[in-house]
Amino acid sequence: MSELRVLVLRAAGINCDEEVMHCWQLAGASPTLMHVNTLADNPSRLDDFTIVTIPGGFSYGDDLGAGVILARRLMQDLAHPLRTLVDRGGGILGICNGFQVLVKMGLLPGSDFGHDQVTVTYNNSAKFEARWVKLRVCTDRCPFLKSTDNKHIELPIEHAEGKVVTASDTVASNLASAGHIAVRYVDDEGRTDTYPANPNGSTAGIAGLCDATGRVFGLMPHPDRHFDHTHHPLWTTRETSTTPDGLTIFQNAVRFWKK
Amino acid sequence: MPGVDSIQMTDRVSKRWSVRIHPRTPAMDGLGQTLLADIHQLPLAHIEAVRTSRIYLLRGNLTALDVEQLAKQLFADPVSERYTITEGLSQRSDRQDVIEVQPLPGVMDPVALSTEQAIRRLLEHRDDKPAPVIEVRTARRYEILGAHSSDELDRIASRILANSCMEAWYIQGSQRHDVLPEDFSAPPTLSFSLRHVLIRELDDNQLKHLSRQGHLFLSLEEMKTIQRFYQDLNRDPTDLELETLAQTWSEHCVHKTLKSAVDYEGEDFGIPGRVHIQFDNLLKETIVKATTDLDRDWCLSVFVDNAGVIAFDDQWGIAFKAETHNHPSAIEPYGGAATGTGGCIRDVMGCGLGAKPIASTDVFCLAPPDFDANKLPKDVLHPRRVLKGVVGGVRDYGNRMGIPTVNGAIYFDERYLANPLVFCGCVGLIPRHCIDKAPQPGDKIVVAGGRTGRDGIHGATFSSAELTDTHADEFSHAVQIGNAIEEKKLLDAQLLARDHQDGCLYSAVTDCGAGGLSSAVGEMGEQIGADVELQNVPLKYPGLRYDEIWISEAQERMVYAVPPDKIEKFLAVFAAEDVEATVIGSFTNDKKLRVRYNDTTVCELDMSFLHDGLPRTIRKATWTANPPELLVSARAAPNTLSNEPTACNDRLLSALSDWSTASKEWVIRQYDHEVQGRSVIKPLAGLQSGPSDAAVIRPIYTSKQGIAIGCGLCPQLSDDPYWMAIYAIDEALRNIICVGANPQRTAILDNFCWPKVDTEQSMGTLVRACRGAYDAAMAYGLPFISGKDSLNNEFTMSDAEAARTELPKCIAIPPTLLISALGIVDDTAHCVTMDLKSADNVIAIASTDIRQNDLTAAMQTHHKIAALIAEGKVQAAHDVSDGGMAVALAEMCIASGLGISANISTGNFSHDLFDEPSTTYLLEMSEKDANSAGLPILGRVCIKPNLTIARDDHEIVNLSVEKISGAWRSPLSHGGSQSS
Repeated sequence: MSELRVLVLRAAGINCDEEVMHCWQLAGASPTLMHVNTLADNPSRLDDFTIVTIPGGFSYGDDLGAGVILARRLMQDLAHPLRTLVDRGGGILGICNGFQVLVKMGLLPGSDFGHDQVTVTYNNSAKFEARWVKLRVCTDRCPFLKSTDNKHIELPIEHAEGKVVTASDTVASNLASAGHIAVRYVDDEGRTDTYPANPNGSTAGIAGLCDATGRVFGLMPHPDRHFDHTHHPLWTTRETSTTPDGLTIFQNAVRFWKK
Repeated sequence: MPGVDSIQMTDRVSKRWSVRIHPRTPAMDGLGQTLLADIHQLPLAHIEAVRTSRIYLLRGNLTALDVEQLAKQLFADPVSERYTITEGLSQRSDRQDVIEVQPLPGVMDPVALSTEQAIRRLLEHRDDKPAPVIEVRTARRYEILGAHSSDELDRIASRILANSCMEAWYIQGSQRHDVLPEDFSAPPTLSFSLRHVLIRELDDNQLKHLSRQGHLFLSLEEMKTIQRFYQDLNRDPTDLELETLAQTWSEHCVHKTLKSAVDYEGEDFGIPGRVHIQFDNLLKETIVKATTDLDRDWCLSVFVDNAGVIAFDDQWGIAFKAETHNHPSAIEPYGGAATGTGGCIRDVMGCGLGAKPIASTDVFCLAPPDFDANKLPKDVLHPRRVLKGVVGGVRDYGNRMGIPTVNGAIYFDERYLANPLVFCGCVGLIPRHCIDKAPQPGDKIVVAGGRTGRDGIHGATFSSAELTDTHADEFSHAVQIGNAIEEKKLLDAQLLARDHQDGCLYSAVTDCGAGGLSSAVGEMGEQIGADVELQNVPLKYPGLRYDEIWISEAQERMVYAVPPDKIEKFLAVFAAEDVEATVIGSFTNDKKLRVRYNDTTVCELDMSFLHDGLPRTIRKATWTANPPELLVSARAAPNTLSNEPTACNDRLLSALSDWSTASKEWVIRQYDHEVQGRSVIKPLAGLQSGPSDAAVIRPIYTSKQGIAIGCGLCPQLSDDPYWMAIYAIDEALRNIICVGANPQRTAILDNFCWPKVDTEQSMGTLVRACRGAYDAAMAYGLPFISGKDSLNNEFTMSDAEAARTELPKCIAIPPTLLISALGIVDDTAHCVTMDLKSADNVIAIASTDIRQNDLTAAMQTHHKIAALIAEGKVQAAHDVSDGGMAVALAEMCIASGLGISANISTGNFSHDLFDEPSTTYLLEMSEKDANSAGLPILGRVCIKPNLTIARDDHEIVNLSVEKISGAWRSPLSHGGSQSS
């Protein structure tokens, strides 16, 4: 098998790069950590990679809203090479701040939707929240989520601006019907609108989106914080033998792109 | 399309613009709703709504089209927000009542800095136009609906929306029309002239006056020592030399009280009788002596660096440091706690050649959130506001840095009303070959990170003083505002320079904290000498005087000693990370501290006088039991002991809703405690989020070995600080043992927060705590590796205020000793949590009363429990502390949703159910394992969610888990702002 080269993007305030690098290594990919300044100086470096990951954090302090400054930077310097990467069959994974960046760049939900149709904004509670959530996988076209026996996954969220908002109800139903909603928050009864199962008040319980190809995927919860079974808050109360849900997402990608 | 309410267009070259961003609908204004709830608490229940917006004030050669592009692409979210653009800096409001809050000139405004950079980047590609010169300020605007008077608006502004020591507010609308500034006002510019302080001729009174008025806070004896030094030199000191001495000799920097010689004559320690002991150096002969006597080879760096370091494995060490930031947090809780967190993180970054921070801790001591607002002394912030502020500060700094806040505690007592305590801890991972550092003569002195401004002048000396009701005005300049992203960039750059392929690019590093460059350069150059060119220090704005540059405590700066042959690479690494790094001088070998400002020498001091010239004093200390209390503790005195079921049920419910015991989930969930992916045991345990005893993280992803982090704090026992220290150490150790730490690989930190130490009796309290710390550390085998103290935590108000508030004229905190524990967990697979696991199990107890036995018996109990946990024989472990046995049993039920049926008899536990015994563990085990371990069985886990406790077969508690859970969760469920 050839190696799967993954670029993990770094910028001022990105702070989950270390665990994302480790997840890719555990999953069997070959990740490279690179500062956005370095990449912007020579965008053709992207040609060497199949997947780009934008990890979580507070890029540039999120001082103008979550992900806004990094999104502007990427649109200005790297919009075309990123588009090319997706067009040649590559993938983009945005986690937490990375997801916010992809939405604010317009890469999610994608060009079928205008830049002013979907956004990620302040939680209903108006404050930062950390808790574990249950997610239902709602799409079958996203390679990061392609594993047959895993229709519910558990991951932590830790954010202040994670509520996905659409410009109208029509936009929300279009997202659903066109298969852009990748993962939704659900409670034990399967409802998507109860707090704290839906921790931020996200429309339709949207926790993550993918584009029309399924290969651009972003989510607020952190798969990079569930790569070991001792990460789960109840690991001391239960027997676990399966792969941790977070690691599964990285492994799915490796399986898909390495074949 | 985002909505455009109004655009007034006229094109000129340089203009001022105001862009206001507001939520598209009131329903989207979550912040407004939160603020409304706070306003209703004031109480101003008739306020109908709060609508928030943020404002960007711009100055530069921007056209209306430019500004609209900025509003659309940078400022306003296209879906959830709308914008309004106005030319000029004020958007007038005539109909609605509006409060606009702006930072005072010179106050750090991180968002404005980011905005300036983003605008430059966005507009740099504009066709055939020069890059615009842009200056940005930010402001916040609040529309208040339903206010009756401008007094009410002022009250809302001053109590909730703004802090007058760093912000100004303007009220507009039907009630009043404050004039908003027409232009950006700059901080004052001070021109250069070298100033000398004529100290040689002053008499004692004049020396005292100079010390207080100049904010030097030195004693007369110290002032006289300085006077003699300059008399011998035949010259007067420059103001900067005097400042440098005051910073270096401050209590904050040199801990002169704890290190002084002490003559103690008073009650013996732990045994009846009186003793007379002379200490040459109190700290060295107690706390430090325990470490020396224990002589553990896994202690790699103790008491010499910015943090202590223990061995993790052959390759790695773990650095640990805890700091306080009390005085700044009293005046500006958010900024004080944020920069406290940031400062402690920099201590860890400045340990050795730099550790990578992997976890933070926070402990607060505050007055109860339901304190009567009408009794609040002038210039004292309400404890509810302090709580929200300090939690917000720790949250925003830690979360943004990407450092998980994993452990903490909050203790409530009215005596912390005017002196809230904010302890911040940080744990770092450091390669063992990076622990040693030494600047070399010829090394360049480099300052890197944030720029230097007027923020934080006199922090070190201020923190060494007693607070009064004029301090908020007098010391507003000591308040610092943090910018976590600046520090994160600095950390990224430093780690790249440390781990550079050509080897570490610097020979030493230290943080620029209290005392600013004065302390950082002065300490680094202590053994060799340093030459500094102050005009090279990058400034936030022009006009700082040389002495301000030298002592400013502007945040997010580190100082490096860089060998000349590595300086080019060093600067390149920092530049690539967008971090400013500047050479400001060189280390020398003449053992002098020489500072110049544009060719004028403004300081030339012998390093030996600076660091060894402080006069040593002998302090007398005494102690007899039961010192008078100044203010009754907020903790309710135990009710009359009763074994009647309803009385015990009520006692348990009220013990669970005691502010200090109640759930801290509201706080914990605001902290990112999982970033970096190292989390093993989190601050909340079990399906129902019970209170974990301590945190466990795995520093190295590929290793199963972990570290446990916990704390102990017992100010309720401060009547005798000897026992308080022992109990705090015992509690810290119990907490980390409960999650699986190895007590034989555990180190501890001490943080003393004391009232004034100016009498023999108060000095005696310090001696007793130090001696208790020594005795427990020796008995338990726990070396101290680092420590810090903060004295003079007292508040004095005028007689009139004391009469009005019915409070004592002077409010002193109880002597408070925080013990932080760091223990190695040999195998994280054997960690346990405190939630009940299975109805097949029993609850066993291990308890040793340290007042009845010697400490060795307690040590054996600790080691026995640790061994049982390591062997996998324990399913859940919980420490018995605040609220006693009854509360500990209840918490285990609350965490899991399972019940316990317990029967307590003198055979297994002789204390009252609500007493706080020492060295007591509750353990969920199989009956067989409990029996073979020889542990008394207290009760059984049951499926039925009920807690029943019988005393000698007589049922005294019978409550549903739902009921006890409700009592425990409600008090702090909204930051203490809603009555339960």
